Amino acid sequence: MSQSQEPIDQATDTDIPVRDAGDLANYANDQLIDFYSNMLFVRRFEERVAEMYLRAKIGGYCHLNIGEEATVVGTLKALQEDDYFFGSYREHGFALVRDVPAGAVMAELFGKRDGCARGRGGSMHLVDPDRRFMGGYGIVGGSIPLSTGVAFAIKYRGGDEIVMSVFGDGATNIGAFHEALNMASLWKLPTLFICTNNLYGMGTSVDRASAVTELWKKGIAYDIPGYKVNGMDVLAVYQLTKKLVEEVRRTSEPIFVECQTYRYRGHSMADAGKNYRSDEEVQSWRERDPVENFRKRLIEGEIFTQKDAEACEADVLARVQDAVDFAEASPFPDVAELDRFVYAEDE
Amino acid sequence: MPEITYREALRDALIEEMDLDPDVFIMGEEVGVFQGAYKVTEGLLDRFGEKRVVDTPIAEEGFIGLGAGAAMTGLRPVIELMTVNFGMVAMDQIANHAAKISYMFGGRLKCPIVIRAPGGGGQQLTAQHSHSLDVWFAYIPGLKVVSPAVPADAKGLLKTAIRDENPVMFLEHLALYNTRGAVPGGEHTVPFGAADVKRPGTDVTLISHSRMVLFALQAAAQLAEEGVDVEVIDLRSIRPLDVETLVRSVQKTNHCVIAEEEHRSFGVNAEVAATIYEEAFDYLDAPIARVGGVEVPMPYSKPLEQAVIPSPEKIAGAVRATLGR
Ligand SMILES: Cc1ncc(C[n+]2csc(CCOP(=O)(O)OP(=O)(O)O)c2C)c(N)n1
Ligand SMILES: [Mg+2]
Repeated sequence: MSQSQEPIDQATDTDIPVRDAGDLANYANDQLIDFYSNMLFVRRFEERVAEMYLRAKIGGYCHLNIGEEATVVGTLKALQEDDYFFGSYREHGFALVRDVPAGAVMAELFGKRDGCARGRGGSMHLVDPDRRFMGGYGIVGGSIPLSTGVAFAIKYRGGDEIVMSVFGDGATNIGAFHEALNMASLWKLPTLFICTNNLYGMGTSVDRASAVTELWKKGIAYDIPGYKVNGMDVLAVYQLTKKLVEEVRRTSEPIFVECQTYRYRGHSMADAGKNYRSDEEVQSWRERDPVENFRKRLIEGEIFTQKDAEACEADVLARVQDAVDFAEASPFPDVAELDRFVYAEDE
Repeated sequence: MPEITYREALRDALIEEMDLDPDVFIMGEEVGVFQGAYKVTEGLLDRFGEKRVVDTPIAEEGFIGLGAGAAMTGLRPVIELMTVNFGMVAMDQIANHAAKISYMFGGRLKCPIVIRAPGGGGQQLTAQHSHSLDVWFAYIPGLKVVSPAVPADAKGLLKTAIRDENPVMFLEHLALYNTRGAVPGGEHTVPFGAADVKRPGTDVTLISHSRMVLFALQAAAQLAEEGVDVEVIDLRSIRPLDVETLVRSVQKTNHCVIAEEEHRSFGVNAEVAATIYEEAFDYLDAPIARVGGVEVPMPYSKPLEQAVIPSPEKIAGAVRATLGR
């Protein structure tokens, strides 16, 4: 279904079709290939992270974006360089697509000195202020008020940036989410709220945790328009997000988007992801794989050839390897500097 | 007596109390279908059904408040926080509501809720998941705060907690779930406000709680080889505190070291030290030594994290210094 020429209307009822927009013809070849290689990079990077976790190079909690690549790439590619991003602990892919150096991301996961949080933060707390990647946060919903605070600051200074605030389906049930949405709407704070609905918060499915299962509706009580998009289709996500990013910028009013996606793996590396969902369900989502299907589409659309796809794969693997090499080569932080950064330092 | 894990001991206490009292129910994130984030409640959904083992949304303030409300009319909720760090989200319901229901209403209402929550570092869970907030809760009159170190106490204290008429913070430690120990089957309770001498000794009193008790025992074993006879005391109950047992020990040993996993300043050890100075100053031959964590939000990197948490060696070093050895 190609709806890219049509205006995107606001979801108003439960029958909102899962958007499948995006005619390849509307995009430059380079851009399509960029979407693809970014998704593939997230996929391969995360697969390597899983391997490194099993080899005990990475510890603690570790949550992967595998399955969610179209949502990660489609949302972030719509953001301008000056815009701000806030995420949850499931943020590796977002960091990569925001161009946080992959070596610094992997080094952080290894707990090394050259990690993007200097080894202090690990998997859940990636950060890169230079790219306005304002961090991953470990308390569900905790980042949402912070993100509206940055939107407040933008408005205070009269800037025209916006904030993209990404969180999971489970996060829409905690108080911080509701308090933040109300204020964002009340004070017209330029925030694009992105809910990555992967159907589960740990082992709890959306319908077992939320009285309202159409999550895009959750902003409506605060007068925040809601949209839902097929989060397995990078073009659908990009097209909608692009339009809404500019809408938020123009109006300085918040908007809420629900991206329907899925995580193939368990909640974290500690969860096999089995006892609360069926193999068939996982399989049915794998068939909608955002990376594989987009590759096929690009080949069928003659955007690139099978050979180009192979070259892209090789390039991505080499970049992942570079990130691992960088992380390996970086030393652990100096224990003598253990208590640096507890308080702000002049740098 | 059978040897079981700390996790199994907790589960046994839950099962026994739920069998005894139909008003006892469990609520929390992932306690049911997922079988518990740390598997303490494994099997309980099958055994007791959805009415008594309730999975919640991610809404700590909401479901702890809900539990406290249910307790106000006589139900006996045992609420699980996935980690105590999420208790901060619910602090208003815990400290400003549950803790004050009895007093604020002149004793006309009560709130017998138990909040079980693991904490502690050592697993690279970083700043927002690694702390144990014992002292946050212990500061609040109206709350009782207990923290078992061994399986037998885990079972005995949890049974006591569920039967108590007051809000109880039941603080577990992530690194203890797989530890094993002998646990009496069936009816076995441990009273609140009773510290336990885990190893009798004559030369120095070494006080700790939760996982640090295991480290203190290791330090004591090491010191025994050097001819130092350490008395290891496990507080078990932080509020109320068993002052008598602590003072009696210091009167005997004349030396005292306190080891706590969390930040060294303003912690449980500060309260314990002040109390001993007040009650047993004349018996001390040396200042009390406090061993605590380095005062930083827990770092992720393994070597950094290891440097934060007190080790048995560090505790032994503090004991030697106190004895002038
Ligand atoms: C306040 C709080 N409660 C509980 C947790 C434990 N926890 C971590 S992630 C998670 C599930 C979150 O699900 P969702 O928001 O859907 O995000 P997803 O992991 O699916 O990306 C839970 C319960 C937490 N980190 N913070
Ligand atoms: Mg989710």
